[in-house]
Amino acid sequence: MSTNIDHIKEEHHHQPSGLMRWITTTNHKDIGSLYLWFSLLMFFIGGFMALIIRAELFQPGLQLVVPGFFNQMTTMHALIMIFGALMPAFVGLANWQLPMMIGAPDMALPRLNNWSFWILPFAFAMLISTLFFESGGPAAGWTLYPPLSLQGGNSMPFVIFSLHLLGASSILGAINVIATILNMRAPGMTLMKMPIFVWTWLITAFLLIAAMPVLAGAITMLLTDRFYGTSFFTAAGGGDPVLFQHIFWFFGHPEVYILILPAFGIISTIIPAFSRKKLFGYDSMVYATASIALLSFIVWAHHMFTVGMPLAGEIFFMFTTMLIAVPTGVKVFNWVATMWKGSMTFETPMLFSLAFIILFTIGGFSGLMLAITPADFQYHDTYFVVAHFHYVLVPGAIFAVIAAVYYWLPKWTGKMYNETLGKVHFWMTTVFVNITFFPMHFVGLAGMPRRIPDYAVQFTDFNMIASVGAFGFGLSQLLFVYILFQTLRQPVTAADKSWEGAEGLEWTLPSPAPYHSFDTPPKVD
Amino acid sequence: MSGSYYVPHETKWPFLATLALMIMFIGLANYMNDESTLTLTFTGLGLLLLVIYGWFSYVVRESEGGLYDDQVDMSFRWGMAWFIFSEVMFFAAFFGALYYARELSLPWLAGDGSGVSTNQELWPSFENVWPSNGPANYGGDFIVMKAAGIPALNTIILLISGLTVTWAHHGLKEGKRNQLISGLVATVLLGFIFVGFQAYEYSHAYNDLNLKMTSGIYGSTFYMLTGFHGFHVTLGAIMLTVILFRCIRGHFTNENHFGFEAVAWYWHFVDVVWLGLFVFVYWL
Repeated sequence: MSTNIDHIKEEHHHQPSGLMRWITTTNHKDIGSLYLWFSLLMFFIGGFMALIIRAELFQPGLQLVVPGFFNQMTTMHALIMIFGALMPAFVGLANWQLPMMIGAPDMALPRLNNWSFWILPFAFAMLISTLFFESGGPAAGWTLYPPLSLQGGNSMPFVIFSLHLLGASSILGAINVIATILNMRAPGMTLMKMPIFVWTWLITAFLLIAAMPVLAGAITMLLTDRFYGTSFFTAAGGGDPVLFQHIFWFFGHPEVYILILPAFGIISTIIPAFSRKKLFGYDSMVYATASIALLSFIVWAHHMFTVGMPLAGEIFFMFTTMLIAVPTGVKVFNWVATMWKGSMTFETPMLFSLAFIILFTIGGFSGLMLAITPADFQYHDTYFVVAHFHYVLVPGAIFAVIAAVYYWLPKWTGKMYNETLGKVHFWMTTVFVNITFFPMHFVGLAGMPRRIPDYAVQFTDFNMIASVGAFGFGLSQLLFVYILFQTLRQPVTAADKSWEGAEGLEWTLPSPAPYHSFDTPPKVD
Repeated sequence: MSGSYYVPHETKWPFLATLALMIMFIGLANYMNDESTLTLTFTGLGLLLLVIYGWFSYVVRESEGGLYDDQVDMSFRWGMAWFIFSEVMFFAAFFGALYYARELSLPWLAGDGSGVSTNQELWPSFENVWPSNGPANYGGDFIVMKAAGIPALNTIILLISGLTVTWAHHGLKEGKRNQLISGLVATVLLGFIFVGFQAYEYSHAYNDLNLKMTSGIYGSTFYMLTGFHGFHVTLGAIMLTVILFRCIRGHFTNENHFGFEAVAWYWHFVDVVWLGLFVFVYWL
C-alpha cells in the first residue's frame, strides 16, 4: 500500500498525499474536514429523500411512489439526517475547533479519531444499500418500534449492524472529545474559563457515552427477538413491545440534546462576537447546559404518553419535561441580554444565529405544548409533532451548523466568503424553512397523521405550501454549496482575527490555521 | 504539561479495522437472513483479529520505546475510564429490561393496574410468578438455575481473581516480578475457569433444565445478561493473557504500566457486573 506514497516533509513528520492522506490521517483538521464534507453529502442525500416525501404529499392520493417506498423514505430520511448529517457535522466542528480553542496541538487520541470517522462512510453504505434489496430498506420509522420493525424484510440486520457501528463511532468520538477537553487544555485554562462551545461539547460527549450504548442494547434485543426466539418485546412470552419504546427513548431523548447542545454552544459564541460584548451570564450558561443534560435522562416517556402508562408516570414525565423549559429559558434570556445595548452588526453568521434564537424558540414552545399530557393525546403522531421537531432541528441545529461554517470558514481556509451571497442564502433559507414547516402546525392540529403517503383533501392547501417551501429550501442549499466552492477558489486574504468582536485562542492563530494548531501550549490568563 | 506535545504519525490500522468489521457484519447479516453460511463472518473476524494484533503490537512498541509522556498516559486513562462507563450503560439497558419485565410488564399481564383488560381478554388464567416464560408458556416448562451451585462458585472465583490481579499490581509497583507473574497467571486461570463453568452451566440448562433463550422473558433476560457478561469475561481473560505475556517479556516499569492498569480496571468492571447478575438474575 505504500508504492505510490509521496513523502512530503510536513513540519516534523512525513505525510502521504492523495487519497492515502485522507485514509491514514490523524490530524484533527483533516478529520474535521472529512466529517464536515461527509455531513454535507449526507445532508443532500437525506434532503433528496425529504423532497420525495414532499413531492408525494403535494396532493392527496398516491401519485409518485408506493406506500411501502414512502415509508422507507421517512425512515431513511430520519436516520440519515440524524446520524449522517447532524451528528457528524457537530463532531466535525468539534474536531476543527476544540484543539484550537483550548490551545492544544491536536485531539488527545488521534488514531481513535481517524477510526470514528472512517466507520461512518462504511456504515452508511451498508444502511443505504438496503434500499436496493428486493425486500426494500427499513420502513418502520427511525424509532424501529416492534412489532412492526420485526416484520421487515432482509434489511433488518443490516440496519441494526449499521446502527451499532454508528453508535461505536459516536462513542469513540465522544471519548476523544472528553479526553481532549479534560487533558489537553493550555495551562491556566480552568474549566470555568473554557469557551462556551467547549463546555457544550464536553456535556454532549457525556450524553453520547451514556446514551449510545443503551441504543445498542435496545437494537440488540430486537435482533435476538427476530432471529433467536427471545421475547423481550412479545407479551405472550412475558415481555412487552412498550419496553422497547422505554429503552429506545431513554437513548432517544438525550440524543435530541446531543443534536442541540453543540448548537447552543455555537450560538453562544457567535452572538457575543457580533454584539461586541461578552456573553451575558457565562456561568449560568454552563449550569443551564448541565441541567438540560441531566434532565434529559428523566423525561423520556413524554414520547409515549398515549401508550398506556400509569397516571403517576404520565404526571412525572409531564412535569420533568416542563422543567427543561427553565434552563432553556435561561439560555434564550442570556442570548437576548448579550445583545442588549451591544453594537451589533449583521453578517451572515449573526443572521443565522438570530434566526436560530427566534425559530428554535418556536420549536421550544411547541415542545412545551406537546409536554402537556392531556394535550399530547390530541397532538400525538400528528404533523404538529413533525412541525415541532423540524423547527428545533432545521432552523435550530442546522442553522447553527451553517452559522458556524460561515463564522469559522475564514479561520479554516484563510478565505472570506461572499457576504452578499451569504445574506441571500440566509434569507432564502429562512423564508423557505418557514414556508415548509409552519403550515405543518396547522394540519397537525387539524388532525393530519404523520408517516402517511395520502391524506384527507381538507389538508391539501397547507401541504402544497409546505411542498413548495421544501423544494425552495433544497434549492437554497445548492447556493450554499456554490458559496463554499467559490470561497475555496479565493486567494488567502482573511485576517488572523477575521471578525472584529471575535474572542478566543483560535483567533490568535494565523488564517488558515497551521496544520498542528499549537506546538507549544499558549498562556491563558 | 508544558513543552512539546506528542502527535502520532499517520495510521492505516483504523481503516483496516473498519474494513474487517464491515466484512464481518455483512456476513453475519446475510447469515441471519439465511442467505449465506458463516464463511464471510469468520473471514471478517479473522481479519479483525489480525488488525487488532497489528495495531496493538504497534502501540506496544511505541510504549516500550518511551514515546508516551505523562500527558498521553492521562489521555489513555480518561479514554479507558469513559469506555468502561459506556459498557456500564450497555449492561444497564439489559438490567433495565429485566427490571421492567419483573416489576411492570408481568404484573400488568397478570391483571394489575392498567393491564386489567389485557389479562381478562387474552390470558385470564395468567398469574405473575417469577421466573416466568409468559402467559403463552413459551418454550415449555423449565427449571431455573439455582444461585447456590455453580453461580455461587463463580462469584467466589471472580472475587478471588479480583484479589489476585490487585496482588499482581502490587508486585508490579514494588518491582517483585515473580509476584506479578504468578498473580497474573492465577487471575487468567480463574478467568478461564469461570468461562468454563459458565459453558458447562449453559449446556446443563439446555440439556437438563429446558432453560433456553426461547423460554420467554426469563430465558431472554437470563441468556442476554449472562451471555454478554460471559463474552466480556472472555475478552478480559484474553486481555489479561496478553498482559501476562508482556510481563514475562519484561514490559512495564514500576511507575509506567497503564496497559496493565487498563486491563485490571476492565477486570474489576466485569467483576462488579457479575455481582449485579448474581443478585438480580440468579438470587432474587
